[in-house]
Amino acid sequence: MAINSAGFVNITSPHAHGGNTTSRIMMTVILATIPGVAALTYFFGWGTLINIVLASVTALSCEALILKMRKRPVGFILKDNSALLTAVLLGIALPPLAPWWVTVVAVSFSMVFAKHLYGGLGNNPFNPAMVGYALVLISFPVQMTTTWAVPFFLSDGQTISFSDSLNVIFSNSAAVATTLSDAYSGATPLDTYKHLASNQTALEIMQQPLFANDTQGGSASNWFAGGWEFVNIAFLIGGLALLALRIFTWHIPLSLLAALGTCSLVFGWDADMYVPWSLHIFTGATMMGAFFIATDPVSASTTPLGKIIYGAGIGILIFVIRTWGAYPDAVAFAVLLMNFAAPFIDTYTQPRTYGHVKAKRGMPAKPDANKDADKNVDHKEG
Amino acid sequence: MQPISLHTFEGGIHPPENKHQSTQTPIASLPIPPQLIVPVGQHIGAPAEVIIKVGDKVAKGQLIAKPKGFISAAVHAPTSGTITAIELRELPHSSRLEGLCVIIDSDGEDRWLDEIANGSHNIENYLETENTWLIQRIRDCGITGLGGAGFPTSVKMSVENRGIETLVINAAECEPYITADDSLMRERALDVIYGIQIMLKLTAAKDCLIGIEDNKPEAISALKAALKSIHAEQRIAVVTIPTKYPSGGERQLIKILTGKEVPSDGIPADIGIVCQNVGTCAAVYQAIAFGKPLVSRITTITGESINNPQNVEVLIGTPIKHLLEFAGFKQEKSLFQKLINSKVPAKPRIIMGGPMMGFTLSSDELPILKSSNCILAPSQKELPANDVASACIRCGLCTEACPVELLPQQLYWFSKAGEFDKAEQHNIADCIECGACSYVCPSQIPLVQYYRYAKGEIKEERVAQEKSNRSKIRYEARQDRLDREAAEKEAKRQARAAAAEKAQAAKKAQAAKAALAEASSSVIDSSKVDGTAVEVKQAEPVNLEDLQQKLDAAQAGLKKSMDKIAEIKADESSTQDLAVFEKAVANRRDKVKALALQLAEAKKSAPPAQQDMSADGRASLEKKIRAQQDRLAKTQERVDLAKEQGLESLPALQKGLDKQMQKLKELKDELAQFEQAAL
Repeated sequence: MAINSAGFVNITSPHAHGGNTTSRIMMTVILATIPGVAALTYFFGWGTLINIVLASVTALSCEALILKMRKRPVGFILKDNSALLTAVLLGIALPPLAPWWVTVVAVSFSMVFAKHLYGGLGNNPFNPAMVGYALVLISFPVQMTTTWAVPFFLSDGQTISFSDSLNVIFSNSAAVATTLSDAYSGATPLDTYKHLASNQTALEIMQQPLFANDTQGGSASNWFAGGWEFVNIAFLIGGLALLALRIFTWHIPLSLLAALGTCSLVFGWDADMYVPWSLHIFTGATMMGAFFIATDPVSASTTPLGKIIYGAGIGILIFVIRTWGAYPDAVAFAVLLMNFAAPFIDTYTQPRTYGHVKAKRGMPAKPDANKDADKNVDHKEG
Repeated sequence: MQPISLHTFEGGIHPPENKHQSTQTPIASLPIPPQLIVPVGQHIGAPAEVIIKVGDKVAKGQLIAKPKGFISAAVHAPTSGTITAIELRELPHSSRLEGLCVIIDSDGEDRWLDEIANGSHNIENYLETENTWLIQRIRDCGITGLGGAGFPTSVKMSVENRGIETLVINAAECEPYITADDSLMRERALDVIYGIQIMLKLTAAKDCLIGIEDNKPEAISALKAALKSIHAEQRIAVVTIPTKYPSGGERQLIKILTGKEVPSDGIPADIGIVCQNVGTCAAVYQAIAFGKPLVSRITTITGESINNPQNVEVLIGTPIKHLLEFAGFKQEKSLFQKLINSKVPAKPRIIMGGPMMGFTLSSDELPILKSSNCILAPSQKELPANDVASACIRCGLCTEACPVELLPQQLYWFSKAGEFDKAEQHNIADCIECGACSYVCPSQIPLVQYYRYAKGEIKEERVAQEKSNRSKIRYEARQDRLDREAAEKEAKRQARAAAAEKAQAAKKAQAAKAALAEASSSVIDSSKVDGTAVEVKQAEPVNLEDLQQKLDAAQAGLKKSMDKIAEIKADESSTQDLAVFEKAVANRRDKVKALALQLAEAKKSAPPAQQDMSADGRASLEKKIRAQQDRLAKTQERVDLAKEQGLESLPALQKGLDKQMQKLKELKDELAQFEQAAL
């Protein structure tokens, strides 16, 4: 019969596939940052967008280069959008008016060292974006802590113009950069509150223009910081969309926010001494960290229970570093520290399998090791 | 019946169902194919034993292979015709195994066996019949599970005394595309219900739950109507469950219907449940009521490469190509072939089973088996072959999809890295290979294939381990035997030495006695002395014999115990306690050693059985001397040669020669002594 002549295709089951792809997942996450990026741009100017573009170009070039060196299919792997996602997240995380070389250093380090030297996508134990961020935060503290743009209502109702942003970011002349950025940048609310809390009461702090600009949208009666709460809410919306699309599960973001909220409520009951919970949850990189950084599946814990522990650990560490540490924000360090713990957490949080009375946890017993030990004993006796 | 509260299992997926294509027409029957290929091993367990020979004429339903062993199933001729060959052929199997097949050239008459045709096998009051008779009939009719695994039904039904509470009937048919059970229930619902009644009787279960997915409304109403028509609702309930793959997995369905979990290392009967497929129920009814063996089944033929997707009643052993021809198989051209307008069609992909768990066939000559519920011929667009797998990003979608609550991505990493101990620790053995993880994997990793590989490796490792354990036991047994023999030899040697000494002493004593006798003419107390000596002498041999007997008995016991241990170790299924026997062996070994020692002692102190010993000893000594003389001669030759040629090795050889001469002298001395002693 004719059918025979061609031979038959031999493929193992399952033959059906849901059609989901890695690149689609990555692209969905990138698209989900749009509300947050829009809010950042609205309140703080063009800096974030410029950072994202610069970071993306750097990331793709770095990845292409190192793939070539590793003799991997460049086009096939670039298509998975993972480098692009890392770049977008770093672009968002870096201060909007950070000098261009800070971005380039952070992105290239995250691509080359944090990702590809560990074997590329899926093999990196640490969140590449946060490794890059931590590197520049430690190496260039001045640029990283003084170049946060101030919300538009603190600078005569307008953000720094596009061309001025370019000027600040790409200028080689320190003078130009300083003059321009001094006018449009300042400390973040978390930083401001922490420093002022040493000699002012909560009510006094709330009179600061950053918290209470009643002419342009801030108000003395709320506990949020002008602009930042909207940025966080925008990231929350994007994050909830990803949750609805089942890109990740509720475990990590919820446990992270719950742990951070609980810590700040328990320790921060005295707003005169500590940053209040509303600022912890709705300023800084909290929502972005909870939904976009901590949920990076490659470096996170993978078991359901493990994810809860992992998220809660990050939440607690964010609070600890923000409150007692030297850095203004803590998401990067908290995430990196928990990355260390993820494999360990996974080992001890296996779920119970169907038909088993309880979960098997921990490392498998090593019969070989025991045997060797026995042998040694024998030798001694012999 | 009480209303059933449904449970759910973790995970699961919702692939496109694609079931409507094949349910548009009623079940068709296939024209009799000219030749059937009937494998004798279509079930789990031992292949059946062929009882016909080439050239025999067979009728439809005639037994052609009888079950061999308890877990086995009979095979019958699916149509009337002539046996033309009994040979090894490739089976429809994922690993392309070969198996013994009976080839039948059909005569086209499809003539039933007389007893079945004239209805003399029919019984009406089967529900009042002995269970043993019913089970025997199910066995005689070669009924196996039609759901896929093909477990002999008679074995599964022999659970009368296991306290079965619930009979679960699997009508979920959760795999996409397949509608064989659906169409069976639509058209032959009564057969199914009658079969269930028989199974309820056999298992002594209190009630029966028919689990059926809610995407089969026609089948559900047909079953309900059938139940009502024979007033069987009392113990049998049709339970509609949400459509989710793989709710038709035995363990998953049991969880949904009862909330109970089958233990990982157990079977449903352990928790008072027996699970059967609907198709099996109908086949059991046909077997019990009409004596009809399982010679045909309903198979779905579907997919975009099939012109008329449908369900077909097909004879077991029908080559797939007849089915494909009947339903109209159209071959596709690949895009490239279309571009170059090639006349050669693309390679077809023919899947036996569904798109999730089915396997591709290597040829269309392969036969339909009792467990073949679907032939799927998809187009390339419909079920595209997987792309190249990209890196695992640990997204965890597989963990969410896994119906057994495994960590598929961890298993993937472990399998890939060859860390099989960790894979086992993560319960890879519980994987049912349903394919849900691969289905959702965004990186298109063939996860199930990795698990199959790991499972295979683990199994192989086990077998190797078992083998090495066995050879270790063998080695140790051999070592023990050698030790024992050495001990015995040593005992004999000591006994001989003692005998020689004794003989010497006796001789001296005799000489002394003779001297004494010469010295004193009167025969004083010597007889008395002699008497006691005789008494002692008599007592000792008895003791020796006794000891020897004990030693023999102990050795026999030891051997028996060791055999037993080897047996237990070789037979994995044995439940006997190995430790007990090992202890017994240790005890017995100690005893044997003690006895051997005692015996040696006794022999040393006892006077030897002189004649035997001396004869033996003398013979062996003479032999040794002869051997030594031979050796000496050879060495002498070499020395001479060395002398002639002036070799450097001369001094060494000379030395060797001296030594050998010395040895010979010693032996001769010994012989002389022996002879003296013997005199």
